[in-house]
Parts: sequence; structure tokens; C-alpha cells
Amino acid sequence: MAGQALLSARGLTRDFRGFRAVDQVDLDVAADSVHALVGPNGAGKTTLFNLLTGFLPPTAGRIELAGRDVTGLPPEQVARLGVARSFQITSLFPQLCAREHVELALQSPSGLGWRFWRSVKLMGRYRERAEELLDMVGLAELAEAPAEALAYGRKRALELAIALALDPKVLLLDEPTAGMGLEDVDRTVDLIATVRKGRTVVMVEHNMSVVGRLADTVTVLQAGKVLVEGPYEQVRADERVITAYLGAADAAH
Amino acid sequence: MTTAVESEPGAKPGPARSGLVAVSRAPWWVRYALLVAGLAVALWLPNGLYPAVAVDILCWALLAVSVDLLLGFTGLMSFGHAAFWGTSAYLAGIAAIKAGLPFPVAVLTGALGAAVIALPIGYLAVKRTGIYFAMVTLAFAQMIYYVANKWGSVTGGENGLQAVPRELGGLDLSDEYYFYYAALPIALLGLWAAWRIVNSPFGRVLVGIRDNPARARALGYPVHRYKLTAFVLSAFLAGLGGGLFAMGHQFVSLDVLHWTTSGKAVIVVVLGGIGTLWGGVLGAALLVRLEDWLSFSGFEQIGLVTGTIFVLAVLLFRRGIWGTAVDLVRRWQARRGRTED
Ligand SMILES: Nc1ncnc2c1ncn2[C@@H]1O[C@H](COP(=O)(O)OP(=O)(O)O)[C@@H](O)[C@H]1O
Ligand SMILES: [Mg+2]
Repeated sequence: MAGQALLSARGLTRDFRGFRAVDQVDLDVAADSVHALVGPNGAGKTTLFNLLTGFLPPTAGRIELAGRDVTGLPPEQVARLGVARSFQITSLFPQLCAREHVELALQSPSGLGWRFWRSVKLMGRYRERAEELLDMVGLAELAEAPAEALAYGRKRALELAIALALDPKVLLLDEPTAGMGLEDVDRTVDLIATVRKGRTVVMVEHNMSVVGRLADTVTVLQAGKVLVEGPYEQVRADERVITAYLGAADAAH
Repeated sequence: MTTAVESEPGAKPGPARSGLVAVSRAPWWVRYALLVAGLAVALWLPNGLYPAVAVDILCWALLAVSVDLLLGFTGLMSFGHAAFWGTSAYLAGIAAIKAGLPFPVAVLTGALGAAVIALPIGYLAVKRTGIYFAMVTLAFAQMIYYVANKWGSVTGGENGLQAVPRELGGLDLSDEYYFYYAALPIALLGLWAAWRIVNSPFGRVLVGIRDNPARARALGYPVHRYKLTAFVLSAFLAGLGGGLFAMGHQFVSLDVLHWTTSGKAVIVVVLGGIGTLWGGVLGAALLVRLEDWLSFSGFEQIGLVTGTIFVLAVLLFRRGIWGTAVDLVRRWQARRGRTED
């Protein structure tokens, strides 16, 4: 299952005014694997995502995508290279409807977005594919609803649909099931299991049953540092992890 | 590449769907009726108002839509559009005086000049947002004002440019009434261009950037470059207005570059309704008409009145004239829909 590293980080570090949020992280995400990042709140998982996607410049360290140095590239270029992300706090365009979100994502690799002299109706060429993707995440009925009117779980699903619309090589999902009801969690897990084929997925996830069902490799972060890394079963059995979190997290289920 | 984001770039809650979107979703016959009514008013205008005032309304309408393209559809408040309006006015005036160009060509020259200076200004400004963006645009506009003031050999300094000719294939356009009809097609083209931009794939990306720039970047859109393009297009439209203004008055003074021109442009958009495009046209018509009436009645504190109107619009009509009207129509429709159920 695990092939060569598609996305890797070496000595990745990020300081916020003297506070080290991500500390010398080495990470290798194998091609075609699902790689889970776990750790308590404030461990630096989201900051690590922001570094990997160019939203924050690292204080030190290096990021490679398929052997290419992508350190310091702006987010739009990282996205163009095939890295799509979802945000932990749902991040949508409140005034656009669900379908328009997906169309905007589908349009992004083409030059159509620059055509200020053409009619917006040209974006209709993405309509069919957009509706397919919305159907896939269970939003077919809500295609015309403005994003701000969607319920929380639906918003998370839309986040996933736009990330998928970019047809990324690497999909970074920041807590994709947070705040979802059980039914939606199951649907999301099934969806990720479907879309992972031919893709590499990195996900931040607190729900250990979700991690267990999906992840090939788990990295545990603590206070910005990598605490343990390995296959799910092994990490789960690790003394340090049990004492630190997994015991508590499992007990909660 | 420094991107200032919080750990969680999230969407700010925006206003409800903008007035323009609402209109573009209205039934076809409503849109058609609005278009016909608008054109009819435009054709009638110099018969109901002083033709010179009607010409001013055209010019300010162009400036208003150019400001709204940034403020309402890109989320950038320019406080320096006098730079583009004024630069174009001077360039158009000089082109008409020195090169004897026909007036539409002179106006186009001015607008292109405005677009050219917008490139470096926009390049630096779009790296900032909010109040900092406004400050950068204001600073550049002030710089251009001082350059124009000092560079008297070209701009005429305090005297300005006098007796700007308005040539068009030997037609006699000395009468403001006829000049209005010569200027109208240029203004309508400019307004149509603004509408086209807003309703293009590019315009859709701009709305995305306005509502959530971080998300737009995550989708692969180079946000700075989109903003810069919008800025240059906006400067061109402002330049069309400024060039026409020079032709309309046959005179260009430093006022065209003064910061109060930038301020008035923003007031007009707020009054008409941010993000409504046509609201700015209405706002321009009302404010120009009001100012003319005030100065005709010998009232001196015009700035006080426009300032008061601005404050009232901000406090009472957050959504401007157009936005409030759209709201009322929608509420009426909703109530009708409920009683029919
Ligand atoms: N933009 C920022 N400025 C200052 N501190 C930040 C910023 N972003 C994150 N942090 C801090 O970095 C630490 C890691 O945060 P985060 O990456 O969001 O953790 P996680 O996603 O693992 O819960 C936290 O202590 C947080 O307060
Ligand atoms: Mg987080």
C-alpha cells in the first residue's frame, strides 16, 4: 500500500512571536496512503496544514512535493500543483450557492476565470460535473441553496465537494467529521474510502474509530513535535500514546 | 511569500445576496422593463434637467460603477479614484488641445492613461486590505495631485486647462444639449462594460475573493493578480468618466484630482447601494442634481449636505437606495407567496 513519499517535510518549524507551534517536524506521506494526524488541541496540526499548503511560511525547514521543493510557494501555486485542502472552520463563500462553489473549483485550472468580457453563463459547462460531485457528498437537493443557509454538517460536506472538484493528488482534510452526527460521520468515512483511490489523503481526525477505519499511517503530534509515528495498530498500542491520548479518546467512545 | 492568516482562515458572515444578483435572478420581463426604463430616462434626461447637469450625471455614474466594481464586487475600498478620474481628465484635455483629437478618442486616451498608472498603484495597493488599502490609494492620489500642481507647464497649474475643444467629424457640439447625446453612447458602453465584468466568470471569481480570499487561494486562484486586474479595469472606467467630464466642462482644474472627488465617489456608491452597480448610477444622479440645486440657490456648505447624506445613508439605509428597494420588493414577494399558499 505505502509507496514512495509524495509529500514530505524536513525539520519543519513555525514560531508565533516566540511561541513554537510546530517544532522540527519530519513527515513522510506515502503515495496512495491515508495518513492521519492526531494529537490534542493546540498540538500544531492545523498550523502544520497551513505550512504544507503555503498559507503560512515556515520559520525553518523544507517541504517537498513529489521530489520538488515547494517551500515558500503561495497557496494558489501549491493548489495548482495538486494539493487541495479543507479548513477546520468551515470556509465557504456565503453568498454563492453550493453548485456555484463547485463550479468555481472546477473552473480554477482553466483560464476561464480571467475572461471578464464573456458571460458568466459559460460556467454552465461545469454544471453537470458539479451536480455529480454534489450528489456524491449527498448535497444534490441543496445545490441551489446559498452556503450561508446550509446546516453545519452540510457545510462540511460542501467543503469536501470543492476539495474533490480540484481532483487533487493530495487531499488535506482538517477534521472532516468534527461536529457531525453519527450518520454523517459514516457517510463521510465511506466517501473518503471511495475517493482515496488513486489519491493521497492526509487528515486531522480526533475520532479514533474513523482513524482506525481509514488510516494506513498515524502520526501523533504533541506540543508541535512528532511523538510517535507508525501503522494504526502499532500507534494505538504505544505506551506513550495510550497514556497521553488514545486511552482517553477511546474511553470517550 | 507572507500570507497573514489566522490558524483558521474562516469566512466572515457577509450580507445577504447582493442587489445585483437579485436583479439578475428576477424574471426576464422585469429585467427587460428596467432596462427599457433606464434607457428611456437616459434619452430624456437633458430635456428635464440642464444639459450640463445631465452630462455630469453620466460622468459620475461611470465613476460610481468603477468604485462599486472594487468596493461591492471585490471587497476593496478605494479612497483614491480621483487619481484615475483626474489623470484621465488632464490627459484627455491635453490630447484634445495639443493633438486636436476627436473627443471620443481623447476620452479613450485619458482612460487608457488612467489604466496605465493604475498598474503600479494597484500592484502596491492590493497587497493590503481594508483601511490600509484605502490609505495606499489615497496616498498615491495625493502624490499625483501635488505633481499636477507643481507641473504647471503641462497641467496649467492653478489655472488648469482652458478651452478644451470637443471635436467630432465637424459636428457642432458647442451646445451642451447636443454634446449630451454625443457623450451618451460612451457612457452607456462604459456602464455595459461594468455590467459585463460583474456578470462574467471573472466577476464570479471576484465575488469569491471578496467573500473569502483564503478559500479562493486554496482553490488555486491568484488573488492578488485578480484584484490587480479588477483595479486596472476600474481605473479605466473611472478614466472614461473623468475624460468625459473634461470634455463636458471644456475645462480641467486641480479639483479633478482632489481627495474630495474620491470621497464623493464613495458617498455616491454608499447612497445608491454597495454591490448593486446600478445603485451607484442612481446615487450619482441624485447627488449631482442636489449639488446643482444647492449651488443654484446660493447655498455654500455643499460639503456639509453631502456629508450629512452620507451619515444618514450609513445609519438608516445600510443597503442604499437600490439595496433597500430590492429588499422591499423581495419582502413583498415573500408575503404574497405566503398568502397564496
Ligand atoms: N496565527 C497564530 N498566531 C499565534 N498563535 C497561533 C496562531 N495559529 C496557531 N497558534 C497557536 O499555535 C498552537 C497550535 O495551534 P493549531 O495548529 O491550531 O493546533 P491544533 O490544530 O493541533 O489544535 C496553538 O497554541 C495556537 O494558539
Ligand atoms: Mg486544528
